[in-house]
Amino acid sequence: MSAQRSFVKKTKAGRVMKVVREHYLRDDIYVGCELATEEYRGPDQSTWKLSPGASKFIVIDTNVALHQLDLLAHKSIADVVVLSVVLEECRNRSKSSYDRLRSMCQDPTKRFFVFANEHHRDTYIKAEPGESPNDRNDRAIRVAAKFYQRAIPSKRIVLLTNDRGNLLRAKEEGVDALSVRQFAREHAADAPELMDLVAGNDIDDEDVAAAAADDAPSAKRIFAEHLSASQMAAGIKGGTLHQGSLRTGRFSPWEGYVGSDAVGGDIMIVGRTDMNRAMDGDVVAVELLPESEWRRPGTKIAKPGEEHKDDKEDDKEDDKENETVSLAPAVAEDADDGSAVKAKREDGVVPTGRVVGVVKRNWRERGYAACIDLGPGAAGAAAASRLLAVPQDRRLPKIRIQTRQAAALVDQRIVVVIDSWPADSPYPEGHYVKSLGKLGDADAETAAVLLEADVDDRPFAPAVHACVPPLPWSFDERTHLQAQPHREDLRNLRVCSVDPPGCRDIDDALSCRPLDDEGMPGMLELGVHIADVTSFLHPDTAMDDEAKRRGTTTYLVQRRLDMLPKPLTEDICSLRGGVERLTFSVFFRFDAKTGLPVPGVEPRFTKAVIKSAAALTYAEAQTMMDDPNDTSPLANDLRRINACARSLRKRRIDAGALTLASPEVRFEMDKETNQPLDVGMYVTREANQMVEEMMLLANVASAERILRAFPSHALLRRHPTPAPRMFDPLLKACRAAGVDVDVSTSKKLADSLDAAVRPDDQYFNTLLRIVATRCMSQAVYCVSGAHSVNDRVHYGLAAPLYTHFTSPIRRYADVVVHRLLNAALGLERAHASLQDSEALKAVSDNINVRHRNSQMAARASVELHTHIFFRKKAAETEARVIRVRANGLIVFVPKFGIEAPVLFDDEEEEGDKKAVLDEEAMTVTTKAGKTWKVFDACKVCIQIEELAAGRSRLAIKIL
Amino acid sequence: MEYVSLEGLRLDGRRPKETRRMRCELTALPGSDGSAVFELGNTKVLAAVHGPHECRRPSERLEDRLLVKCEVSMAAFSTGERRRRTKGDRRTNELSTFVRRCIETCVSAELLARSQLDVSIQVLQADGGVRAAAVNAAVLAIVDAGIPMQDTMACCSAGYLDDTPLLDLNYMEEGGGGPEVHVAYMPQMDRVVAIVTENKASVDVFERAHELALDGCRVASKLMRERMIEHAKHLWAMRQVTLRVKDDETGDEAKPISMET
Repeated sequence: MSAQRSFVKKTKAGRVMKVVREHYLRDDIYVGCELATEEYRGPDQSTWKLSPGASKFIVIDTNVALHQLDLLAHKSIADVVVLSVVLEECRNRSKSSYDRLRSMCQDPTKRFFVFANEHHRDTYIKAEPGESPNDRNDRAIRVAAKFYQRAIPSKRIVLLTNDRGNLLRAKEEGVDALSVRQFAREHAADAPELMDLVAGNDIDDEDVAAAAADDAPSAKRIFAEHLSASQMAAGIKGGTLHQGSLRTGRFSPWEGYVGSDAVGGDIMIVGRTDMNRAMDGDVVAVELLPESEWRRPGTKIAKPGEEHKDDKEDDKEDDKENETVSLAPAVAEDADDGSAVKAKREDGVVPTGRVVGVVKRNWRERGYAACIDLGPGAAGAAAASRLLAVPQDRRLPKIRIQTRQAAALVDQRIVVVIDSWPADSPYPEGHYVKSLGKLGDADAETAAVLLEADVDDRPFAPAVHACVPPLPWSFDERTHLQAQPHREDLRNLRVCSVDPPGCRDIDDALSCRPLDDEGMPGMLELGVHIADVTSFLHPDTAMDDEAKRRGTTTYLVQRRLDMLPKPLTEDICSLRGGVERLTFSVFFRFDAKTGLPVPGVEPRFTKAVIKSAAALTYAEAQTMMDDPNDTSPLANDLRRINACARSLRKRRIDAGALTLASPEVRFEMDKETNQPLDVGMYVTREANQMVEEMMLLANVASAERILRAFPSHALLRRHPTPAPRMFDPLLKACRAAGVDVDVSTSKKLADSLDAAVRPDDQYFNTLLRIVATRCMSQAVYCVSGAHSVNDRVHYGLAAPLYTHFTSPIRRYADVVVHRLLNAALGLERAHASLQDSEALKAVSDNINVRHRNSQMAARASVELHTHIFFRKKAAETEARVIRVRANGLIVFVPKFGIEAPVLFDDEEEEGDKKAVLDEEAMTVTTKAGKTWKVFDACKVCIQIEELAAGRSRLAIKIL
Repeated sequence: MEYVSLEGLRLDGRRPKETRRMRCELTALPGSDGSAVFELGNTKVLAAVHGPHECRRPSERLEDRLLVKCEVSMAAFSTGERRRRTKGDRRTNELSTFVRRCIETCVSAELLARSQLDVSIQVLQADGGVRAAAVNAAVLAIVDAGIPMQDTMACCSAGYLDDTPLLDLNYMEEGGGGPEVHVAYMPQMDRVVAIVTENKASVDVFERAHELALDGCRVASKLMRERMIEHAKHLWAMRQVTLRVKDDETGDEAKPISMET
């Protein structure tokens, strides 16, 4: 049977056209349950997904699929019939809800059965004249529910809907229909948590009515109504409104920036009223305020806990830039300062606007880590069922939730989801999802860190483990050498690896062989051997999909979240000492005299098998090289490699490579208690630089090789040349410090940074480099075809081409590069995804996001452990002033890699004597007459100060 | 866009390896020497054959085989948006070349040396698979014209979207940007006449789509054959009737023509 679907559509160009589509109706779509009769259940047993033992089968309505996903995700909910009309409508309305529902449908434990009602001849209906699409779909759902009643008469079929009209009509038609809250109440006995998971207001709920009565005084409009989508579209098109993604200040939900080309920079939005319920990441429509109401960005440091101070009052406070303690970011964060500076006028006033509508919400489906607000404003919170949750992310406002387990949640780190933000509510409305553990507990807080950074910490699925070769794995001559004639047997070559102590995932090893015996006196053959991960990780497998999704291994202080399952990461691929392992090797011919590659000799790539002579740590390798009595062949190899690395490094620096510094902190952990024992900056030795240099060499060679083979779809890593204005903070600080820095090219920057030393101050230069590093954006992966030659350079390394080849165990980018190299060398056919620029672009975008998230998680983990460390003991140490503010300093503590604000002690700022800030000279003179200048050194005392809402803060005092 | 849903159905409700409904009609235009309409779902193509006749231009005459001319045009109403289509745009030119080449291979061209065959193809409605429908309509029209042919050639397309090989793409699926393989095939001789690939396809994707398209060709060819035989039977019946009418002309009165015979 077939039908025609016909509708009228308006094209992008504005023309109206009639679209007619075929719509086939089938009689071979079955209901997915063995209880049905032969006619309805079909012959294929594997489709009988719905369990015959279930108490009832649930048919869900679209609004349930869109808004009640947390409830559906609960473990007690199974045996659900998802109609294709519901899936389709869900996809059109919310991509993220659809993705989540879809993954539930694919989860075998959930038993969500997709019934293609739209193509079943008994359940397909045509819209009646005058019937709206919505009503038609509701009717289709009811028809399908009735069909199920007919097909499986022995089971109770429940239609779950939160649409009052649909509910009533279903009951009239004899369909057993329930609202979500009624349903949760029915299940209250076996799953009391269900009540908490019900999102939003229910249609016939007395609790909500009561709660609304409580809030009666606040029922007045707090916010202006948002404009409708069409009004916004018209305004944006007409130029009266500006559309952009909202970035709030790092620590306050009430100040944000929206970039606008028409304004030529950012529009600042200050205060709750003007923010009008928009949150960080939302795409908003902004209206500019009249120029007389424009304001200046603040120059003060917010006091601890101040970010929510204006919860109860209106936003009468001064606009301010909130900054609280955090770890120093390594690079510039999304042009935080830069673009605001550009549009700034002489008097410091910047374009200011207000939000008039939200085009697209950026609310996370996965929820926000939060805790229950026990602050003074939330008195008696523990008793009430309506509570405020304080998100861990300071860019977010508090969230109103409803729960019946308030008492149990008070000291827990919980996850909440935002459902809506009505105009008459001071806070967004949300609901509680789950608890991560006790507040302050390292595991619970780590789980929160991972949630915030969107890093997956779930164990690998059985399907992924099934792709791993069984342990113990060992090299086999027949399968790996004879069956793979391209693989070289290098087991007699002296190879060693150099890694940090405790490293289990060794993905690179080095070798150096003098070629004197082969008639090439004075020549060396340097080998870089990389774990041959792609021999085990094949495209289109569950393991590859998972690795692609994870993108990178995440290193936390006490944990490592692997990209690949542990047997591969730590054993099969890891180039451990004394065992035979498969590698992807690249050889370079070096001139021993110059220490540089011989010109005209191409690097040689090959698959190989090696047997590493030793897995050294950086310290061990350094000792071996430094010890003149050690004349072992391995020590000699290392010295030769080191000599080459030195020359390479010199050549690179001459070409303008930057030596950058980012504060990296290392914890010494107590093995048993998992508590940090000591913390300090990461020490780098020459051995580190040696390995780094060899990796750079191999990476550059790989980049050249794959670009030659695949000019338009090589995966490269580029580091964009920073725009001149991004260096403004550095230039300003240097002017104040009386140092001359030239940022016109990377070479000039590198040279002037080298020259900027203070004989009496060893750390000054490092400090400058930290500031400089922060001015630059991060390097990103890209597909070569999408960028011009000048656009794909690596600025920091001063390399015209760069990619990642050397860590395939922990980075997916390297896996892609390995596969490209395999194809370039003719070892295997390039997989379809490698030949498709779109697919490759999707992969590179994802690994960029994953890489960023993983770094965020790593940083947050360090921050968390810094807090745990200082909770036990306060410390006195040296600090440096990085920025000056009107009421305090921002200092950097080199030893711990902490950047934090220090407030001056004067509480009464209103007095006639105030601290004086000179922004040009970057000095501030306190009331007491002490003048601080940027880069000044000071002694500070660091300790932990406990704040409300389960937050703690590093309190730093100048001694 | 999701081209294959969770439950394994395509946008229009087909499963991946199903073609759309095919219908064909021979002698659609009795005025021409041979004609046929081929429908593939909502795609509808009319083909009319004129010839074989003497070559219009002696200079074009081929001494050893038949000269085939082919012309394709799209009706202004063939797509959702009404558009005046100029004859001989890139798309129709390419299409007519493809159809012409297929026909040249398929007909027993050497039996009709020094003559010319004109094939006109009018696309009445385009909803994906126009190329396949055009070839199939042309084949039927040529059969209708009684021109000797080596095999019942058929054409079918297959694509690859959402990691699934799909048979007989419709308009929406053709817009999906995935690889698409059109194959013209002679099933009884097991001979592939022409392959056209659109968008980039890796070798294994191509192979899978190609296999599927061949299956589609077999189905189409079988249907076309059945329809031809049916049509031939019908013609035979008609002829019997006509003969009898002729016989009866000598008699007193003509009997009413009955289709049952």
